[in-house]
Amino acid sequence: MCSRTAGLRMSKLPKGAVVPFIGGMIIMGILVLLIAPENKSLPPPGGELRLPEKSQVGRAATLQEIAGWDIDIRPDGAGLPVGSGTVRAGETLYNEQCASCHGEFGESAGRWPMLAGGDGSLATHDPVKTVGSYWPYASTLMDYIRRSMPYGNAQSLSHDELYAVTAYVLYLNNVIEDEEFELNQKNFAAIKMPNAANFIDDDREISEKQFWQPPCMTNCAPGEARITGRASVIDVTPEAGQAPKVE
Amino acid sequence: MKDNRITGAIPRRSLLKAGLAIGGAVIGAPALAIEAPNPENQAPNVPDWSRYLGDGVAERPYGKPSAFEAQVVRRDVEWLTASRESSVNFTPIHALDGIITPNGLCFERHHAGTAVVAPADYQLMIHGLVDKPIILTLDDLQRLPRINRIYFCECAANSGMEWRGAQLNGAQFTHGMVHCVMYTGVPLKIILEAAGVKNNAKWILAEGGDAAGMNRSIPLAKALDDCLIAFKMNGEALREENGYPARLVVPGWEANLWIKWIRRIEVGDQPWHAREETSKYTDLLQGGTARRFTFVMDAKSVITSPSPQAPLKHHGQNVISGIAWSGRGAIKRVDVSMDGGRNWIVARLDGPVLPKALTRFYVDFEWRGQDMLLLSRAIDESGYVQPTKAELRQHRGVNSIYHNNGIQTWHVQPDGGVENVEIT
Repeated sequence: MCSRTAGLRMSKLPKGAVVPFIGGMIIMGILVLLIAPENKSLPPPGGELRLPEKSQVGRAATLQEIAGWDIDIRPDGAGLPVGSGTVRAGETLYNEQCASCHGEFGESAGRWPMLAGGDGSLATHDPVKTVGSYWPYASTLMDYIRRSMPYGNAQSLSHDELYAVTAYVLYLNNVIEDEEFELNQKNFAAIKMPNAANFIDDDREISEKQFWQPPCMTNCAPGEARITGRASVIDVTPEAGQAPKVE
Repeated sequence: MKDNRITGAIPRRSLLKAGLAIGGAVIGAPALAIEAPNPENQAPNVPDWSRYLGDGVAERPYGKPSAFEAQVVRRDVEWLTASRESSVNFTPIHALDGIITPNGLCFERHHAGTAVVAPADYQLMIHGLVDKPIILTLDDLQRLPRINRIYFCECAANSGMEWRGAQLNGAQFTHGMVHCVMYTGVPLKIILEAAGVKNNAKWILAEGGDAAGMNRSIPLAKALDDCLIAFKMNGEALREENGYPARLVVPGWEANLWIKWIRRIEVGDQPWHAREETSKYTDLLQGGTARRFTFVMDAKSVITSPSPQAPLKHHGQNVISGIAWSGRGAIKRVDVSMDGGRNWIVARLDGPVLPKALTRFYVDFEWRGQDMLLLSRAIDESGYVQPTKAELRQHRGVNSIYHNNGIQTWHVQPDGGVENVEIT
């Protein structure tokens, strides 16, 4: 009702009256822009916004609702589902649902991620980052499979299947060596990954401190600059003239 | 409808190629890629658009760019990824100006395609180390106090293909995994405080509702500082490809943390070490160790025009236009060099200079057709100076993939063409 009334009122205004009104708005807008303080002086987001003490925000989440969505797993085993699966069972499942992209031995089919191999390659010119050569925690593998695999049919595996396929990928990486091994929520946290110790927290502000030095402005390097590499030599840029079809 | 609009317009690339051929024949007179107008539409003639009626107001209920701008689109690099559902496309930064990216041109990065979530079905769950686990609907979110902030959003892998050398010929491809819009949203702090964060909480896990279930650990201090749950970008609802109906905004930090289609936030006492913060989005250094939780985007800049997709077309007065940004705050200064970094001048910053937002810079200059090696260098309010690629490689090697903020060099040739190069 309200909007209809407003619309009627607008249509009854003399045509000429609208124009100066809009013009005035624009002038006011420019004035506001000119005198508005810099955005920098605004309070930080949330800094001064407060809800009244007893405000109701959303509604209580039930335990059942949380259980349906709370699928994360941490390195300490927090979040592990109850279940178990053997390497052998995982092999069957892997060959059915994973090998078409990741390869029969985790070597990758085409350009999909390699899951196994690459041991000792991280310090070389061609590092191969796989579950075994790079990933620091086994929980990461299980958390990731649980939420996003198989690709295009996520969250479809049962808990037992999840343990089984996780065990098999660890087996492909020689992290688990016994093909009769059964992985479950009790023995999971005991699994250690070979590359776990090689991660460090962000230290850029210390190790790259030299990037906080005032820069040179004139005669900063001797001689003329020489071109040492050209993108056109590699020529992998998509053709500029070929735009994807848009409606 | 008369379609004389395209008449006379020859694709720029074929002209460039033709220009190169002519340039070879006529020594000392390189041909510039100037598009020829249709003489019938030039004064003193009166063109059709000055005679006949155009479209009425019912033709464009949602307006689109002019047909002449059809080349200004997001593009992908097909060989880069195994599938287009887990892939990226790039903002056409070479064709944009100012600091705001139009919504339809903001780069996309999905790990399992675009989730389509009906607003009525949307839920945001907050649980873990909180007094009251809660679920909010979109309406619930939109009844909370909201704020507006302009922030850049840059993928940690932006320029990632350039670690080992110049590879892609275009600012769109080398630097286009960045966009900058105004978000409207609710400070995450308000929502977390409503749920009541427990004293031992130190991290949150943010999780998307897409088929990747994208999940990242974020320090609680950042969540309480300036993160937002945003539902609008540039005034309108988020685009589906950017997280409709709600996404997390993590100002100044790598875009992978900005969880789209956000469905759940769990509060905890330690990080989760999810796949995207261990296997991916960690920076492998020379020697084989890797940095993790490298959240902040270091200061960076790039000249967007001239650039390989935006060649110079005229001698005389010209404009160098570029963008600079920093995850540590506002841009303080941008320097530009035209001689491969031997000498630098201070560029003119224009438009709002906001913390953790794109900042536009210009250098107005005279071009006489000389060869130029164009560089830009950003300096932020923390005093950080954008390093050269050589300096960056000296510290990190070439295997990092992520966080490549090294200085870009464009080689401007006498015919106006521009190439991505590396220099001494």
